[in-house]
Amino acid sequence: MTRYFARKLGLYVLAFWAGVTIDWAIPRLMPGNPIAAYVDRFALNSQGPWTALYKLFDKAFGYNLPLWDQYWHYWDNLFHGNLGISLYAFPEKVTTMIAQAAPYTLALLVPAILLSYVLGNRIGAMAARRKVLDNTVLPLGYLFQAMPYAWLALAAAFYLAAVEHWFPVEGGYAAGLASGFTWAYISSLLYHWFLPFLTVFLVSFGGWSIGMRNLVIYELETDYARYLRALGARGRLVRRYAYRNAVLPQLSGLALQLGTVIGGNIVTEVVFNYPGLGHLIYTAATDQDYALLQGIFIFIIVGVLVANFVIDIVYIWVDPRTRLSMQGAAA
Amino acid sequence: MSLSVENLRIAYRTLRGDVQAVDGVTFAVADREIMGLAGESGCGKSTLGNSLIFIEGRMKHVGGTVELDGKALPISDDRAMNHHRMRDVSIIPQYAMSALNPTKKVGTLAHDLLKSRGMKLAKVLPEFRRRVALVGLPENVLEMYPFELSGGMRQRATMVISTLLNPSLLIADEVTSALDVSNQRAVGELLTEFRDLGYVKSMIVITHDLSILAQIADTIMVMYAGKLTEKASASTMIDKPLHPYTQALLSSLPEVGVRYEDRELTGIPGRPPSLLSPPPGCRFRERCPFAYDKCVEDPPFMELLPGHQVACWKAADDVAGGAGREHNEASATPSGGAGDASPERGPSLGARAGKGAE
Ligand SMILES: Nc1ncnc2c1ncn2[C@@H]1O[C@H](COP(=O)(O)OP(=O)(O)OP(=O)(O)O)[C@@H](O)[C@H]1O
Ligand code: SF4
Ligand SMILES: [Mg+2]
Repeated sequence: MTRYFARKLGLYVLAFWAGVTIDWAIPRLMPGNPIAAYVDRFALNSQGPWTALYKLFDKAFGYNLPLWDQYWHYWDNLFHGNLGISLYAFPEKVTTMIAQAAPYTLALLVPAILLSYVLGNRIGAMAARRKVLDNTVLPLGYLFQAMPYAWLALAAAFYLAAVEHWFPVEGGYAAGLASGFTWAYISSLLYHWFLPFLTVFLVSFGGWSIGMRNLVIYELETDYARYLRALGARGRLVRRYAYRNAVLPQLSGLALQLGTVIGGNIVTEVVFNYPGLGHLIYTAATDQDYALLQGIFIFIIVGVLVANFVIDIVYIWVDPRTRLSMQGAAA
Repeated sequence: MSLSVENLRIAYRTLRGDVQAVDGVTFAVADREIMGLAGESGCGKSTLGNSLIFIEGRMKHVGGTVELDGKALPISDDRAMNHHRMRDVSIIPQYAMSALNPTKKVGTLAHDLLKSRGMKLAKVLPEFRRRVALVGLPENVLEMYPFELSGGMRQRATMVISTLLNPSLLIADEVTSALDVSNQRAVGELLTEFRDLGYVKSMIVITHDLSILAQIADTIMVMYAGKLTEKASASTMIDKPLHPYTQALLSSLPEVGVRYEDRELTGIPGRPPSLLSPPPGCRFRERCPFAYDKCVEDPPFMELLPGHQVACWKAADDVAGGAGREHNEASATPSGGAGDASPERGPSLGARAGKGAE
């Protein structure tokens, strides 16, 4: 058991190392010179100050060092919780900016993912044996799942916000409101949160419910289900077993989905102008703010790895077969 | 009389029409009788066995009645059957290796199953453990997951669970086919032991392995393309089968572990007819070396000799013309008249005498 966990943990550390290294390498492999681009913005018309400024920033960001040293510094800084300084919001620290944006993204994604997963599984399982549900939820599920997410988000933002004015599409809360534990502030937060949350929820709910419906139908046809029914077990028991077994592939699917949901989230936050990490990525990318971009990616890498690790542990807990293979691995 | 089946018809609904997998089957199984059920793959053995306990979605009860211990068995009423399942009729299904939920411990599964039926595992636990030991499973098997067991162990576990409530009738579908030879023997012996100990009153043992039937069966019944062809005591079936199909099936058997599918049916080329729209008359006609005019009519499943039922015109003629004696093989001209009693014995039948079970 401990050996199994040690191995798993080793794999996660390896994944983390690879992620961080790629994250570090990408801006350095990309065409273009971010420092030069940044200095260009000051619109200096003579070469002298330009070079001086360039050298200054180059040194400040450490780009003048040999690559190897840059790499070391990167890790060193990382372990000291230092993700560098943003170019675009100079001299704001990247960590500060992430800390400001992350709560919005987490508040959006965590409930949307968990709620769509739980409800999708429940309703999908029900649809597997109730015609009425199967004929209503399923087509809707297919619709939401097949719809390009950006399209759904844009449609919602356009009709429900821009045309009908039912919802806002501006920031995380009403402009000018002082943050604090006040009803006005919290309700404003919820009001701004609702539409982006709903679109993310609907899209992944469609996917989960369809997947679960098909898995439960499959499980109800398996030999163990037939055997139970042949021996006179009540439908409730058969369904309970089927649900429990059908959830396993869904759980692996959840782990896989976590990575891609981040990408989709950029669209959400840009469309709804929601001040989370997705929006920050968009800004950083358009402004060629590599330090900020790298910092956010590291945050995401860590987040996805931690979430996957949690799912791994839950999986071991719910599927006894993984426990056996663990004993095999430890032997 | 333990089980009595009257003109049972079971079909599968398919897109191309109904497949008549069991087509008018009448037979009985006595108390303490172990009846072997044999026949080529796809002839409807499992369908017949399954229909006695669980008619699932795609299956359709077209007609016929089933009686168990003098009371009608409501096979087409899924709810009403629940009461009888496991208690009166039970099954070790053909898929026994995968019959246990992979994510539940054997003991948990038994507990959940009994609880779902309004019973308590605790009540039968001592008996459960005794039987686990009897079939040679380790004591802690109740705390094990199915995937921790070998195929043979899973089969035995299924056997114990299925018979936990001492059913009147047990259907054992291919319980030996996936096992190695020594295990086949052992499981065969266990089946008779279960009967002898009174865990099960009577049994239908479906198998491809006639040597197992020679070992354990009291009677053997053979099916061909959804219909019964012959039923008699095991020794009669092995020594003196009357139906040409049975003769072909048994002609070089029994040999330990040999499945009749593994050999060609000697001298009988061809395949069984489609059950989607079977041809009229004797279903074996296409392949039967003795087929004659009369065979365009469906031969009835009749008791030709005491305790020996056969569905074959020629066998009927033979018996009527004095079975048991050797006849000359000259009159090979078949004639259509029912009155024509000139019997014609197949060469293999004469040669078979005395070739008993080893
Ligand atoms: N689910 C199904 N849908 C349609 N047809 C089926 C189905 N199951 C079985 N059949 C058909 O019914 C016939 C009898 O099948 P059955 O399983 O009873 O044969 P069997 O004698 O048990 O064969 P085996 O020895 O291979 O187990 C076959 O011709 C098969 O094609
Ligand atoms: S009835 Fe005719 S065709 Fe059928 S087995 Fe007998 S002899 Fe052959
Ligand atoms: Mg079968």
